[in-house]
Amino acid sequence: MDFGNLLYLKEEISLILVMVLLLLFDLFCTGKIRRYFQLTACVLMAVHTLIHLDPMPDGQAFGGMYINSPILSVVKTILNVGTLIIFMQARNWLSRESTSIKRGEFYVLTLSTLLGMYFMISSGNFLLFFIGLETASVPMAALVAFDKYKHNSAEAGAKYILSAVFASGLMLYGISLIYGTTGTLYFEDIPAGIDGCPLQIMAFVFFFAGMGFKISLVPFHLWTADVYEGAPTSVTSYLSVISKGSAVFVLMMILVKVFAPIVEQWQMMLYGLIVLTISIANLFAIRQQNLKRFMAFSSISQAGYLMLGVIAGSAQGMSALVYYVLVYLFSNLGVFGVISIIEQRSGKVRMEDYNGLYRTNPRLSIVMMLSLFSLAGIPPFAGFFSKFFIFMSAAGEGFYLLVLLALVNTILSLYYYLLIVKAMFINSNESPIATFRSDNYTRVSLIACLLGVLALGIFSMIYDRISLLAFGL
Amino acid sequence: MESAVLIFVLPMLMFMLLGIGGKYMTHRTAGRLGTLGLTVITVLAYVTAYRYFGAGRSGGVWLPQTVFHLEWLRFTENLQIELGILLDPISVMMLVVITTVSLMVHIYSLGYMKGERGFQRYYAFLSLFTFSMLGLVVATNIFQMYIFWELVGVSSYLLIGFYYTKPAAIAASKKAFIVTRFADLGFLIGILLLSFYTQTFNFTELMSGNVCASASGATFLGGSVIAWALGLIFVGGAGKSAMFPLHIWLPDAMEGPTPVSALIHAATMVVAGVYLVARLFPLYIEAAPELLVGIAIVGAFTSLYAAVVACVQTDIKRVLAFSTISQIGFMMVALGVSGMGGHAGLGYVAGMFHLFTHAMFKALLFLCAGAIIHTIGSNEMSAMGGLRKYMPVTHITFLVACLAISGIPPFSGFFSKDEILTAAFLFSPWMGVLMSGIAGLTAFYMFRLYYNIFWGAEAKREHTPHEAPVSMTAPLLFLAFVTCFAGFIPFGNFVSSDGVEYTIHLDGKVALSSVGLACVAIGIAFRFYRQASVLPAKMATAFGGFYRAALHRFYIDNLYLFITKRIIFAGISQGIAWFDRHVIDGAMNLTATVTQKVAYCIRGLQSGQIQQYAFVFLIGTLLIVVWMVFL
Repeated sequence: MDFGNLLYLKEEISLILVMVLLLLFDLFCTGKIRRYFQLTACVLMAVHTLIHLDPMPDGQAFGGMYINSPILSVVKTILNVGTLIIFMQARNWLSRESTSIKRGEFYVLTLSTLLGMYFMISSGNFLLFFIGLETASVPMAALVAFDKYKHNSAEAGAKYILSAVFASGLMLYGISLIYGTTGTLYFEDIPAGIDGCPLQIMAFVFFFAGMGFKISLVPFHLWTADVYEGAPTSVTSYLSVISKGSAVFVLMMILVKVFAPIVEQWQMMLYGLIVLTISIANLFAIRQQNLKRFMAFSSISQAGYLMLGVIAGSAQGMSALVYYVLVYLFSNLGVFGVISIIEQRSGKVRMEDYNGLYRTNPRLSIVMMLSLFSLAGIPPFAGFFSKFFIFMSAAGEGFYLLVLLALVNTILSLYYYLLIVKAMFINSNESPIATFRSDNYTRVSLIACLLGVLALGIFSMIYDRISLLAFGL
Repeated sequence: MESAVLIFVLPMLMFMLLGIGGKYMTHRTAGRLGTLGLTVITVLAYVTAYRYFGAGRSGGVWLPQTVFHLEWLRFTENLQIELGILLDPISVMMLVVITTVSLMVHIYSLGYMKGERGFQRYYAFLSLFTFSMLGLVVATNIFQMYIFWELVGVSSYLLIGFYYTKPAAIAASKKAFIVTRFADLGFLIGILLLSFYTQTFNFTELMSGNVCASASGATFLGGSVIAWALGLIFVGGAGKSAMFPLHIWLPDAMEGPTPVSALIHAATMVVAGVYLVARLFPLYIEAAPELLVGIAIVGAFTSLYAAVVACVQTDIKRVLAFSTISQIGFMMVALGVSGMGGHAGLGYVAGMFHLFTHAMFKALLFLCAGAIIHTIGSNEMSAMGGLRKYMPVTHITFLVACLAISGIPPFSGFFSKDEILTAAFLFSPWMGVLMSGIAGLTAFYMFRLYYNIFWGAEAKREHTPHEAPVSMTAPLLFLAFVTCFAGFIPFGNFVSSDGVEYTIHLDGKVALSSVGLACVAIGIAFRFYRQASVLPAKMATAFGGFYRAALHRFYIDNLYLFITKRIIFAGISQGIAWFDRHVIDGAMNLTATVTQKVAYCIRGLQSGQIQQYAFVFLIGTLLIVVWMVFL
C-alpha cells in the first residue's frame, strides 16, 4: 500500500491528534493548570479549523474507500466552525460543579462524533460510511445523557440510543440488500447494478429511513422533540446543527452518486416527505411552549428546506445546500447560545419566561431576534439569501409547486418565530429574567453568530466560492 | 486609478460614522468631519479625472476602464449582478460635478444649518446621498445603477423630509418618493426586459452592438422589444429628471433645506435621467432612433411648459425649481436631436456640457436664494426687494448666475446653450426656433426674479437684512468663478458621443440671434420690475385666463389629485380594500384556524413513548416502500 495516500486523511489525522491531546491533558494535568483546559480545547479546535481552511485537492485512499475533494473539505470546515462555537457556548454549562469533573469527556466525545462524520462525508464505500455513521451516533447517545442524574437527560439518552439502533438496523438491512443485488459496496460501482427492481427500491427506502432518522424527517422524527428537550442545551445545538448538516450533505452525495439511476423514484419520494416534514413540523412548532422543544420542531422544518437542495440534485442544489447549512449553523447557534446562557443563569426555558427580556437583557434579545429573523428568512439577513438560493435551485429543476408550498410554510414559520420576538420585546412581565453578565466565551460565540447572520448574505464571495467548488461535482 | 475605489467607499464610511456616532458628537465636530471627508473625496475625484484624461486617448478614443469589479450575486452562468467602477468621460465628468457641488454644499451648510436640530443627521444624509450618487454614475451595469438609483431616491426622500415636524415637508417628501418610485417601476420593467433579451446587465456588453442584433427578432405591438425596454427605461429617467408629466414632485421638493435643493434638486440627482440616456446613448441610436425623437419632443414640451410657469411664480425657490425643469428639458432635447459621431454628435456634447455648466450656476442660484431666505426668513418675492445694498456678494454672484443661465457671453451658460440651439437647428428649424424662444423666456423670468429681489421697492422689515457669513459666501464666490470661466473649457476634447475629439465652434447666426433675444427679454424684465410699475399687473389682466392657469401650473397637480383621490382611491382602491379585508384576510384567518385545529388533533402522535415512535418509524418506512413500488 502506498502510504502517501494517507496524506489525504490530513483532516482526520489532525482531528484525532486534537482529541488525543485533550484526552492526555484531561488525564495527566492536575491542579491549577486544569483551569486552562477549556481554553486549550477551544484553541486547539481553532487551530485545527484554520490549518484546514484551504480546501483539499481531489484524492482517495484505501483503494477508493476513502475519498476527499474540495467541496467535502469545505463541509468539514463548516462543521469545524460549528463545533468551535459550541465548545465556546458549552463552557458555562461545563463549569458547574456537577459537570466540571467530567468536562474532558464532553470534548472527547464530541470530537469523536465529529470524526465519525468526517468519515461519513469522505466515504467512498458503504462500509466506511456505516462505520462513520456509528462512530457519530454512539458517542452522541452518551452526550445526550451527559447530565445522567437528571431524569430528562437520562430518558433522552435512552430514547436516542434505542431509536438510533433501530434506524441503524433498518439501514444495515437496506445496505445488505443493495450489496446482494449489485454485488459491491463501492459507491462508484453500484449505479451500474441498479435497475430499479422492487427489491432495490425497498433496500433504498430502508437505507433512506436510517438517514431520515439522522436528519429527523417526518415520519422518522418522533424522537427529536423528546431528545432535544432532555439533552443538555449544548448537545442539543450540536445535534440540530452539526449532526443534521453533515447527514443531509452525505445523503445528497449518496443520492446523486449512487442512486442516480432511480432518480425519478427518489425525487417523487422526497417530494412527499418534504411537504409532510415542513408542514407537520410547523404545525407542532406553533403549539410549543418549551423553547428547546420549539427549536426541535423548527429544526425539523429547516431539515425540510434543506431537502429542497437535495431534491434538485444539481450542482446548484449542492452549493445552495452547503450554503444553507452554513447560514443555518450561525443562525441556529445564535438562538441556542442565548437559550443556553439563559437556562444556565436562570433555569428558565419556557416562552413565557422570556416576556420582557428586552428590558433586562437588551443585547441578548437583539442577538436572539436577528438569529430568529435569519431562521425565518427575512432580508437582508443571511437566512433570506440561503432560502432564496435553495428555492431557486429547486425551482430550477421544475419543482414549482413544491417551492410554492415551502413558501407558504415560510409564512407559517414566520408566525411562530415572531412569537418569541414578541415575547421578548412587547409582552410585559412583572418579574422578567434578571439582568446578568455573560461570560466572555459565550459573548465571543454570539458575536461570531451575529457576524455570520449579518455578513454571510451580503458578502457573496462565500456563496460564489462554494458554488465554484460544487460545480466540480 | 485605485483612488476611484476610495471615492466610492469613503462616503459610505462617513455616512456610517456620522449616522451611528453622530449623537455623541457636537454639531461642530460632525459638520467639520463631514466636510473634511468630502474634501478628501473631492481631491480624489480630481486626481482620478486628472489621471484618466492625463493618460490620453488610445486609438483616438477615450477607452472606458473598469477599475474595480466584484461579482456580487451569481444566478446563472450568464446572469450575475456585479458591483464595479466604470470610468469613462461622462462618469469622470460626473464625479467632478458631484463632488464639487457636494463639497460646496457641505461648506455652505456649516453656516446655513447652524444650530438646527438634527445637524448631525443632516450631514449623515448628505454623505449617504453623495455615496449613492457616486455609485450611480460609476455603475458598470444597469442593475447596479438601479440599486443606487433607488438609494438616491431614498436619500432625497430623507433630505426633503428633513424638517419632519413640518406637515408640508412630509407631504413633499412622500410625493417625491412616490412619483419617482412610480416612474422607477418603468425603469425596472425596462431593465428586466432588456436583460432577459440580451442576457446581460453589463453596459460594455450592451454597447458592443451584437446583443441588439441577437434580440432584434422579438417584437411587441409592432416595436422591437429592445425599443420597448429602452422606452420604459426612459420613463424611469423622466421621473427622476422631472420631465412632464412626472415633474410634479420637484417644485414641492423645495420644502427641504435650501442647500439640499441646490445639491439634489438642481445639480445632481435631477440630471440622473439625462445621465441615464447619455449612458445608454449608443443603444438608443442603434436600437431605437425614433425613440430619441420622442425624447426630444418630451424635453422641448417640458422646457416650454416649465418656462411659462416660472414666469408667474412668486416663491423664489419655485421659480428656480421650474427653471431647473426647463433646463433639464434643454439637455433632453440636446440628447434627443443628437446623432452618433462627428458633427451629428453635437447634441450629445452640448447636452453633457450644459449638464456641467448648469450644475454649477444652478447650484449657485440656489445657494444665493438660500442666503437670501436665511436673512429674510421667507421664500416670497414680495418680502424682498432692494437687497443689493445689504448683500453685495450675494447680489453679484446671483447676477453672474442669471447672466449665465440667460446665455450672455462670456459666461458658461452661453456656450453650452448656444450649442444646444445649434444642434436643435441642425435637427429641424422648428425645434431651433422653439428652443430659442424658450431661451428668451428663461432670460425674462430669471431677470424678473433678479430685479424683484435686488431692486424694486423695499418691503417693510423688522430688522435690516445682512450679508451671509463667510462659510456661506465662500462657496458662492467659488461657484461664480467657475461659472465665469467654465465656458472656455474645450469640452468636446473630453466628452463626445463616440469618444473622438470634437472641436466646438460657434455658429455666428445662432449665437447672435440668441444673445439678441436674451437682451430683449432682459430689457422687458428691466422695464417691468426695475421699479414698481403697473405693467406686470396690466399684462396679467390682459392674459387673464392664461395667466391664472400658469399660476396654477396649468392644473396638472389638480389633475393628479383628481385621478388619485377620485378615481384610484375612491373607485379602484375601495374594491381592492374590500377584497383584501374579506377574501385575503379571511383566507389567512381560515389558515390560522385550520392550523390550530389540526395541530390540536395530531398532538397524540407525539406521545413520548418510544414503542410508539418505533412503530410509526417502521410503518412509515413500509408505507413508503409500498407507495414507491406499487404507485
